[in-house]
Amino acid sequence: MFLGIDAGSTEAKAVVVNINGEVLGMGAYRTWTDFTEAAEKAVALALANAGADMDSVKSAVSTGYGRNIQGLAKCAKTEISCHGAGAFKYFPEPLTVIDIGGQDSKIIKIGAKGELLDFKMNRKCAAGTGAFLEETSRRMGSGIGEMNALAANSTQKVELGSYCTVFSFSEILSLSRKGVKKEDLARAVYVSMVKRIMEMDTFAGKVVITGGAVEFNPVLIEIFKEESGINALVPPSPRFAGALGAALFAIKEYNA
Amino acid sequence: MNRTIKKIESTSDLKKIMAAYYSSLAECDSSKKIAWCSSVGPAELLRAMGFEVFFPENHGAMIGASKKAADYISHANAAGYSPDICSYLTSDIGAFIKKETPMKKAAGLDKVPEPDVLVYCTNQCRDVQDWFSWYARHFDVPIAGVESFRGLGELTRDHVNAVSAQIKNLIPTLEKITHTRFDIDRLRKVVELSQRCSSLWKQVLETAASVPAPLTFFDAAIHMGPAVVLRGTSTACDYYELLLKELKQRVSDGTGAVEQEKYRLYWEGMPIWGAHRDLATLLSSHGAGVVASTYCNSWIFDSLDPQDPFDSMARAYAGLFIARTDSWKENYIAQQVEQFNINGIVFHEAKTCPNNSNSMYAMPKRIKTPSVVINGDLNDLRLFSLEQTQIRLEAFLERLD
Repeated sequence: MFLGIDAGSTEAKAVVVNINGEVLGMGAYRTWTDFTEAAEKAVALALANAGADMDSVKSAVSTGYGRNIQGLAKCAKTEISCHGAGAFKYFPEPLTVIDIGGQDSKIIKIGAKGELLDFKMNRKCAAGTGAFLEETSRRMGSGIGEMNALAANSTQKVELGSYCTVFSFSEILSLSRKGVKKEDLARAVYVSMVKRIMEMDTFAGKVVITGGAVEFNPVLIEIFKEESGINALVPPSPRFAGALGAALFAIKEYNA
Repeated sequence: MNRTIKKIESTSDLKKIMAAYYSSLAECDSSKKIAWCSSVGPAELLRAMGFEVFFPENHGAMIGASKKAADYISHANAAGYSPDICSYLTSDIGAFIKKETPMKKAAGLDKVPEPDVLVYCTNQCRDVQDWFSWYARHFDVPIAGVESFRGLGELTRDHVNAVSAQIKNLIPTLEKITHTRFDIDRLRKVVELSQRCSSLWKQVLETAASVPAPLTFFDAAIHMGPAVVLRGTSTACDYYELLLKELKQRVSDGTGAVEQEKYRLYWEGMPIWGAHRDLATLLSSHGAGVVASTYCNSWIFDSLDPQDPFDSMARAYAGLFIARTDSWKENYIAQQVEQFNINGIVFHEAKTCPNNSNSMYAMPKRIKTPSVVINGDLNDLRLFSLEQTQIRLEAFLERLD
């Protein structure tokens, strides 16, 4: 068996695959401030789901913010390569992969053979990332699931003009004072995220969206289509795409 | 991934030369006049007229390398200078307000040498003029400058005439300060030394065309100190002869600066001084050598000619990479890619130095060589994240695999 560990800033994810790259088990655990503990718990959950133990793991690759922490895996790959590989597993053709992570968003261009062609990441700012969504949801007094449900029931389009997480909330307060409904404000938050992502780069080939933000906020896909005119694809369990990509690299490592 | 960077032996001589240069400024008696000069300003003329020359941009880089820039920038901000403008300017003025200088550590100096005149050239940016103007007001001394051109394609006779005339026009102001007459033969001598320095510096950088490269941008950005602050002196020439000898030996021994060199990169933009060592270590740990850079090349002045000192200085100052059109720059970079056998380009987008950030007008999309853009700054480390940069650089190397 082969193990991929995505020690992400928000959540650690682990995926166990067989030699054919078929997923046998997955596990996730909130990172908080301890990457090692979160990764270990995610790995234990994934192995338990696969009905396996560490002794059966032939090779492991780590990725994500904590990828270089000693003891996680012998080999580390960036989340750029891993999200690309994870998305390509389900959609094996030229792709633009949009990964919306906790701390950063990435646009990853993948070639016909799954090779990494190019990538862009958000600048030193939380706009367009999961952190923007988390912070804005918290200040609106809504959990992530609630935000998704609110946005799905929006009836009127409003826009946030500011890039900044802090100033966006000031705008939300101002719009709220003017009587804009919470549902419409929630949708405006997602629209802001999508716009920031669309500013990062052009798209080529089919567009695939991965990451926790899209798994917990499926309304993002609909809003992305509305704003870009593109029907984006979503792989199964999109927040595990990076860990899956890492597991696929673990097979390559083993075969090398 | 435990590769090391091979230390350059000549570094101990470099440190002595730079310390002696700073000390000489501090030890100036009243018979010697001090001119502050922008880094590609008319230093040759100033030296020929007997000035000791101090370069605030070099001081700015020292502040950046000390990682204390953010402490100083806030003082300049409070004095009315925006955090969005050149962080050499803000950190240097801030350090002055705070009465601190990194020259204390480098050469035991308590303060920067006081200027008798400040001389600039706007070939790199307008900020240098604003920067020098602050000191001119503070010390109540003359400021004089050369207004150069931006966005040049071809450097024409008219451009050269305009800059050359302005360099000549500095002479009466400078003569009033030194109370000596300008001597063309002294200028020819200084230009000759400056040209020799430039030629040796070029040869130093070109050793990196060898595979593996005997030096990287991270070394070169430090070793170019004499080319900046001592050009026009025999001291700089002597140093580059020593360094060149060492690097040629490395080439004949097949010794690379980066152990097991796997990738050869080009650095476009300013150094990130406070993270210079971190980035050198990070890249070398992956076998990546930054073997050429626009920044270090900017102190190669092929045009200098002692037989034609004013016009050749004008050509050198006005013809800088930074002052050119994007298509000129793209051709230049393509030649560098060819000459140095480059795999990929790192564009440093410096928040407070848009003039030196060529990624901002879509150049990475136009050039053929794979590239990555990293966001940072020359001095203000608050605008830089090593973690984010590491992901970009490592992913870029994975892309090059």
